[in-house]
Amino acid sequence: MLETRLSATVFALIIINKAGGLIYNKTFHEAGLNKISTNDLLVLAGTFHGVHAITARLNPIKNPAAAAGITAPAPNPAAPPGILTRPEPQSGLEVLESENFRLQCFNTMTGTKFLLFTDTAQANVDVTIRRVYELYADYVMKNPFYQLEMPVRCDMFDRKLLSYIREINSR
Amino acid sequence: MPGKAGTKELRYPSNGKTIYHRPLARGRTSELSQASFAYLFSEMVSYAQKRVTGISDLENRLNVQGHPIGVKLLDLLLIREPPRSQARPLTIVALLHFIKGAVFQHLFGRAADGLEKSSDANTPDEYLIIDNEPLVNAYVSVPRDMDKLSCAAFVAGIVEGVCDGAAFPARVTAHTVGGKEEGEMWPGKTVFLVKFQGEVLEREALLGVGKG
Repeated sequence: MLETRLSATVFALIIINKAGGLIYNKTFHEAGLNKISTNDLLVLAGTFHGVHAITARLNPIKNPAAAAGITAPAPNPAAPPGILTRPEPQSGLEVLESENFRLQCFNTMTGTKFLLFTDTAQANVDVTIRRVYELYADYVMKNPFYQLEMPVRCDMFDRKLLSYIREINSR
Repeated sequence: MPGKAGTKELRYPSNGKTIYHRPLARGRTSELSQASFAYLFSEMVSYAQKRVTGISDLENRLNVQGHPIGVKLLDLLLIREPPRSQARPLTIVALLHFIKGAVFQHLFGRAADGLEKSSDANTPDEYLIIDNEPLVNAYVSVPRDMDKLSCAAFVAGIVEGVCDGAAFPARVTAHTVGGKEEGEMWPGKTVFLVKFQGEVLEREALLGVGKG
């Protein structure tokens, strides 16, 4: 059989907790990435976490008042007056691209990071990653047997995630 | 005492209207957020999990949490029935149909998926209520070392409460039967095993019902 390279594929997913520990990894498409050992994956997670933290501080200065050391958060100009808004979190590294794959990072409000390895031609990765986050919120966070910040071992999450990614990969 | 600071008592809304002030006969369906329920139920399971000795103990605690709901629900649902059918169910079959229909409809917004009598001749006191995807288990993944556990034990407790309240003392347990093989249609399929006590069947025999 002729091996045809799929033009748009989601290869793998990694979830990193807010301390930089790897709590979930799943490969969806064997041919996409070379296999690396669990140890290397843990190093990758930790390193990415550190790099992300530094890149978040590299952010161009958006708010001169805050940069000048004034602690009071300036109101968001887009918000209606009189309503206190939470300042935008500093975003940090979001996309990392190589010749053969693209790594998209989604950082949640609580600091959990979702890393999705996809083909470079994959479109709408941000939509996919938000849906993955939704699945995580549903099937991991609402599971009474899941302990926070610990590795994710939830059958329902695995099942729903696999069927969702399979649907995307077969498109 | 409403509004007393520093006491560990129930808090009342500021207008003094609690859930008990609402009229019992509410026709329209009231819906709740499934996410809030999922979080609440998740905490209930975690609470029940404290200081338990084993899986059956945990199931028993969940069952106990559901039981008073069932007893009260029976009265509430009968009051809401039209006046001519307000009598409590008097036979096992009528009771089980009431649970499958009215109780499940009230709790989960749909009737249960099946009702069966145990096919084993040795256990004529056992009936099965089948739910293909129990709402309480929607987001629950039971860890592998506890695979006998079904958190639907809470629902089993409610069903048991209804049976006990209707004077059909029974023991109800929940068993997950789905999820054995890959690609199943209902991986969360759950059976509620209703085991009535001896005197219920005795009474049933005396009344001459349920003889087929």
